[in-house]
Amino acid sequence: MIKIKELSKRYGKKNVVEKVSLTIEPGTITSFIGPNGAGKSTLLSMVSRLLEADTGEVLLDQQTIKKWKSDEFAKRVSILKQSNFMNVRLTVRELVSFGRYPYSRGRLTEIDEKYVDKAIDYMNLGEMQDQFIDELSGGQKQRAFIAMVIAQDTDYILLDEPLNNLDMKHSVQIMKILRKLVDELGKTVVIVLHDINFASVYSDRIVALKDGKLVKDGPTKDIINSTSLREIYDMHIPVQEQNGCRICVYFNSHA
Amino acid sequence: MRKNSTKLILLLVLSLISILLYAFYDIKGGFDYAFPRRVIKIAAMIVTGVAISYATVVFQTITQNRILTPSVMGMDSMYGVVQTLIYFFAGSMSVWVVNKYLNFAAAIIAMVLFALILYRFLFRSDKHPIYLLLLIGMIIGTLLGSLVTFLQVIIDPVEYLSLQSMLFASFTKVKAELLYIAIVILIISFVYGFRIMSKLDVMSLGRENAMNLGINYDRMVMNILILSSVLIATSTALVGPITFFGLIVANLSYQYLVTYKHSILILGASLISIIALVGGQFLVEHVLELRTTLSVIINFIGGIYFIYLLLKESRAAK
Repeated sequence: MIKIKELSKRYGKKNVVEKVSLTIEPGTITSFIGPNGAGKSTLLSMVSRLLEADTGEVLLDQQTIKKWKSDEFAKRVSILKQSNFMNVRLTVRELVSFGRYPYSRGRLTEIDEKYVDKAIDYMNLGEMQDQFIDELSGGQKQRAFIAMVIAQDTDYILLDEPLNNLDMKHSVQIMKILRKLVDELGKTVVIVLHDINFASVYSDRIVALKDGKLVKDGPTKDIINSTSLREIYDMHIPVQEQNGCRICVYFNSHA
Repeated sequence: MRKNSTKLILLLVLSLISILLYAFYDIKGGFDYAFPRRVIKIAAMIVTGVAISYATVVFQTITQNRILTPSVMGMDSMYGVVQTLIYFFAGSMSVWVVNKYLNFAAAIIAMVLFALILYRFLFRSDKHPIYLLLLIGMIIGTLLGSLVTFLQVIIDPVEYLSLQSMLFASFTKVKAELLYIAIVILIISFVYGFRIMSKLDVMSLGRENAMNLGINYDRMVMNILILSSVLIATSTALVGPITFFGLIVANLSYQYLVTYKHSILILGASLISIIALVGGQFLVEHVLELRTTLSVIINFIGGIYFIYLLLKESRAAK
């Protein structure tokens, strides 16, 4: 279980994240939502150790993440950020194989190869596994990176806006795969999302941030309603039910 | 993978041919006299080539760029500063020049300290440290270069002549006793260097991906910067500055051996540098008959290659 306790981070005089406390429930998809600059990505980076918190702590299995050894931590928690610029030319398979690094230290065993095969299958990358990453489209590239994280086989998978720059088809594809990871493999997914409708349809829990503070934290159904959404986004957001999904229709709403 | 091993064998054969040619071709005036001297020069070229190749490739991996190298960033200028200051304040007859060990140690320590202070200072802030680092490094390099020129203008002309010979890279005047020290430094660095090969592969995925895969990134960056400064400082103190050499061999290796594996890239760059140095020195001595020096040719070709890379890179950025 991941427990976040009073976590804060400031840049200069600005509190980017301020005393955020929450628990990530295992076996769920938790979405971080909120306006631009609310501190969602910063929070995710601190949970995954990419960024050090100023105060507060994050506990993984009751132990503060600072005390975890890097390679042991990498077997439990994985993170994928938005920017994936690389200077090297890699094939899809080579990239996915890197996911096994915490276990294999660069020498892949047969078991590692099996995990790589499985991850490639999972993301439907079989046909393009020998293509170079820089020759792929945005959606395929994103899938390749997610496959790497799947091969890493961690209990917790943290994703920072994985739907950025993806079209609807690919976004749905990726969200469905994340759902499968949780439902079939028992993973825990934490995801930063901009589109609240994806958050509403696919996540079990929603954490809403605003100006670095936690404003809402609870099951999706408690948060996707006009009252809560007004608190988060300062605008009127009508919510409609459609085939059992709650859809926010904010496109022509008045502030 | 198979193709790369053929390529590496080809490079190995070429470098062996260069070494044999240089060692045995046209030995005049007694084998016993000429041969040991040639062996020392060959060893110096191999040590320099391997040190520069390793230092440049790992430096470029952690800075995520393929254009700037420790030499370009001001370490070579720092070498000029150290030697010029020694000649200016202590003079060519002082212990700092006469005692080769002392001079060698002073140059290495000053260059490594320079690099570390620069990195320490710049790595404190965590916003785009690399670009800032590179930019400031180049500016400091220019500043040091101007300082050196200033001191050289007002120095005693006789001192200047002897200083000048220190500031030109040359394999012909390598001191055997310094070479042994350099080899020891190289071996110690490589004991560590080999252990981190696979970590380097992961680090080429970038900071965030590498940290995700359990690399202690910031500490590794610091270790590697120290390692690469020690290697560059050693080779520069041994033969003098060959600014563009690392840039050429590293990039030729990337182009020739398309892979992310540092074990292959570094081996390739090392072999290419042995071919370039030993083969080049052979051409300079036997074809051009010492009418020019190897470092002039390398910096000439390297400079052109540098401009080519800059243009290519800026076109790719559009």
